[in-house]
Amino acid sequence: MELLVLLLVPFAGGLVLALWGHRSLAPELNSGISLLTFLASAALTARIIADGPLLVWDQMFFVDSFNVFLVALTAFVSFTTTLFSRPYMRIELQKGKLTPGRLRLYHSMYQMFTFAMLVVLLTNSVGILWVAMEAATLTTVLLISLYRTPASLEAAWKYFILCGVGLAQALFGTILLYFAAEKVLGAGGTALLWTHLYEVKGQLEPTVLALSFVFLLVGYGTKVGLVPLHNWLPDAHAEGPTPISAVLSGLLLNVALYSIIRAKVLVDGALGSHFAGNLMMGFGLLSVVVAAFLLPRQKDIKRLFAYSSIEHMGLMTFAFGMGGPVASFAGMLHMTVHSLTKSAIFFAVGHAAQKSGTQIMADIRGLIDSNPTIGWGLMLGSLAILGMPPFGVFTSEFMLLTATMHEQPWATPFLLVALGVSFAAIFGKVQPMVFGVATLQRLPHRPALLPVFVHLGIVLLLGLYIPPYLAVWYRQAAQLVG
Amino acid sequence: MNVASGIVFQILQSVLVLLIAPLMVGWVNQCRAWLQNKSGPGIWQPYKVLNKLFHKDAVLAHNASPLFWATPYILFGSMWLAGGIVPVLATSLPFAPAADVIALVGLFAFARVFIALAGMDVGTSFGTLGARREMMIGFLAEPAMLMTLFTASLISQSTSLVTIVETLGHGDLVIYPSMAFAAAGFVMVLLAENGRIPIDNPSTHLELTMIHEAMILEYSARHLALVEWAASLKLTAYVTIGIAIFVPWGIAQAGDWAGIPVALAALALKLTIAGAGLALLEALSAKMRIFRAPEFLGTAFMLATLGMLVHFLLET
Amino acid sequence: MNLPLHAQIINLCAALLLLLAFAMLTQRRIRSLINLFSAQGLVLVISTLTVAYATHQTHLYYSALLTLVLKVMLLPWIMHRLIRKLNVRWDVESVLNIPATLLIGIVLVIFAFNLAAPISQFSDTIAKSTLGIATACIFLAFLMMITRRKAISQVIGFLAMENGLFFAATSATYGMPMVVELGIALDVLVGTLIFGVFFFHIREKFESLDIHHLEKLKER
Repeated sequence: MELLVLLLVPFAGGLVLALWGHRSLAPELNSGISLLTFLASAALTARIIADGPLLVWDQMFFVDSFNVFLVALTAFVSFTTTLFSRPYMRIELQKGKLTPGRLRLYHSMYQMFTFAMLVVLLTNSVGILWVAMEAATLTTVLLISLYRTPASLEAAWKYFILCGVGLAQALFGTILLYFAAEKVLGAGGTALLWTHLYEVKGQLEPTVLALSFVFLLVGYGTKVGLVPLHNWLPDAHAEGPTPISAVLSGLLLNVALYSIIRAKVLVDGALGSHFAGNLMMGFGLLSVVVAAFLLPRQKDIKRLFAYSSIEHMGLMTFAFGMGGPVASFAGMLHMTVHSLTKSAIFFAVGHAAQKSGTQIMADIRGLIDSNPTIGWGLMLGSLAILGMPPFGVFTSEFMLLTATMHEQPWATPFLLVALGVSFAAIFGKVQPMVFGVATLQRLPHRPALLPVFVHLGIVLLLGLYIPPYLAVWYRQAAQLVG
Repeated sequence: MNVASGIVFQILQSVLVLLIAPLMVGWVNQCRAWLQNKSGPGIWQPYKVLNKLFHKDAVLAHNASPLFWATPYILFGSMWLAGGIVPVLATSLPFAPAADVIALVGLFAFARVFIALAGMDVGTSFGTLGARREMMIGFLAEPAMLMTLFTASLISQSTSLVTIVETLGHGDLVIYPSMAFAAAGFVMVLLAENGRIPIDNPSTHLELTMIHEAMILEYSARHLALVEWAASLKLTAYVTIGIAIFVPWGIAQAGDWAGIPVALAALALKLTIAGAGLALLEALSAKMRIFRAPEFLGTAFMLATLGMLVHFLLET
Repeated sequence: MNLPLHAQIINLCAALLLLLAFAMLTQRRIRSLINLFSAQGLVLVISTLTVAYATHQTHLYYSALLTLVLKVMLLPWIMHRLIRKLNVRWDVESVLNIPATLLIGIVLVIFAFNLAAPISQFSDTIAKSTLGIATACIFLAFLMMITRRKAISQVIGFLAMENGLFFAATSATYGMPMVVELGIALDVLVGTLIFGVFFFHIREKFESLDIHHLEKLKER
């Protein structure tokens, strides 16, 4: 029941907004739909925690404590993002960067995008997962190119082609997976269901499965933004509307990583080795290091935080690749806090860029004078993402480092150096933006900064104290991930 | 097998090839004329030209070396030999052990060296130019040719044309996808090696891009007749090699007199179709710039290589 | 080596697919490229029908029909229309010269065959040996996307890659479950429509469909 509402609301919302998305109250309607989705996800979460895993509708949808946690996170962040986008998009409309027709497209596609991500998370079928992932790509292409500037068209084209190719690889991986599974489970729908696959993972053909994982990793890894497949990511973040940057970083990357983790659990189970985990660790570590060293060269603020997203996705990929209770727990926690923090940062960055009329960091100065809330939001957000102690990111990174020193000591120096470099780069760039001499203009609408502080508050809370039920829940999920 | 009847068959086939070669060229030209909505000179025209040339007095350049006048005979001889050893009518001829595809390619290369040298011998600029181009085409065409033949020989596990014919022609009908690739590559090599249209134009002396005609500009009378006859023999030899590899049905065993009428009829039919097809290809395509020739022959080589790969993938 | 006739037909189709993939790689004109693409779709339909007939898999008839409607008729028609409307009939430019592209293509084919060899060992379908060709088609389409500069030919490369994937699915496993195939078809269709809309925007902004205009965003 909750599941039906959860999937139906954003889908129907997308259709409704396709008709009325340009009316004056559409942003509020958008928020309302997302709120409903969030409530449904909360109800679903409560039920899963109470009753355990759920398998419904001809076994096509499957909910366990691992994906329900991502579902709740996705629904929550997409809800707060609509709150942020309400004034943000109105300002853009007033500045003439958008037309009402495009705003309608934006609202409709936003809901469709949420819907596609939820399907990816909830579906039990590897094939449907692919279809939904492609759908999410198509909707985000339209969202990134929303401004129709040459740069945004280029970013969207690059995103389309790279992710299209990536997804084609993932489809090949899916075909190979089906090929291996069909031998054991017989032809037909059941051979692509995660639940069935997990049951027979010992009998699947290891060679085929290993190859299939390589293709899946490359394919979905393109969407996670793993180096060297990350080229689309900074462009898409910088050229699309800021709410989209927030959900791309905060949600889509997580969702793509989710698919990889599911496949990793299956493949490592079947191979009885650590092949998939090792591959993920390699890609993850490479992403962390490369992204960290690209950070100091950035001039555009949204590109800066896009690279920071690559770095953090690398950290998570590394954590999940390493596996084990501590690392998986850390990865899960990091997913949560990174989503919240990064979207909060993008909210603050969006308003800061609107105030100064540019995304170039050298031209944004003195946020603290002209608008203390934006200034503090950006400062605290940056401190949080850099892993300063009271925040949740610190906790998860600390746990990850501890686990690394235990399991893979050789990787620790790489991680430490990368974290140090990114700290210096981001802090050095954000500090003058916040505390310099003001050069800013007034905004025609009151910026929505509540989401920023709500997110940061939760992150702070998670850093100081993880509620016991949450810890149990994470631990359960970490067990599923292995 | 009776040695005597084998020899009779060999002689019969060699004479037949010698006689039908000009007819083949005449037929191709006639078809081309029809396709271009012209009435055409008739299929016997090449014989009339040969007859005319043999009755003229030969003129040699005063600085021509013996190589120059010896070349037409060498050319004619090697082409006739090639036509004789390809199993046109029957397999297991006395020459059959020589009917190895590598040997055949070698024979063509041998003839090519002589005509290129002869083209440069008198020292005219056209001759040198043609010779250089001929060597370039040959250098590109030979590997492609070898690859197509290897693909065919992979199926029968032998590079001997006779074995290939016997495996393919007398076995069950099996579709070999690799042969489709090899056939396409072979046709492209055939067009290039015989100076047909996308690479060279056989019916003009006027283009600066000519290849074969540029080398033989200095020849006259009986020398020219022999060169022309050799060219038609070469075309026939290539077509019959193609027939032997790709459509070998109907070729008789040596000594099997009863198979002869069938073999003759089959040969006539296949040559007619091949000639018409060749004319059609030429009518449909435009001549390429000489610098596109590597692309053309590169494609032929690629097709042959693909055929080989496909063979390993699908047919083993 | 005496395969049943339908297996021979499938093998022949596979070989033709490979040939068409190479032809697309070397084709310079956009219109012929679209025709080659639809020919590839047709060969795919024939091979799918043969597999369906030989193995009595009814759902393959539907996917063959889907392919016929979508890839042989609808998508080429859309693209021809687009080209008429956009007035792009100029030649396709190739980044590499053609012999070099062909050589790289052959290397890719060898790589693909080797990659697929261990997998097709485990297969028991009648078309198992064609998996290597399907993989090769995917790689060749990928190569085409890299070497082409025009937006439309990149899209055709993308669709050709999808063709290869579809062929891989039929040859290795008799096709994916129907729901998944419908979903994939829908995505491809919507994707092409969005591409089409994109062409107009790109041309409006850059007055050309040449991708090298889209190389401004770099690490600065």
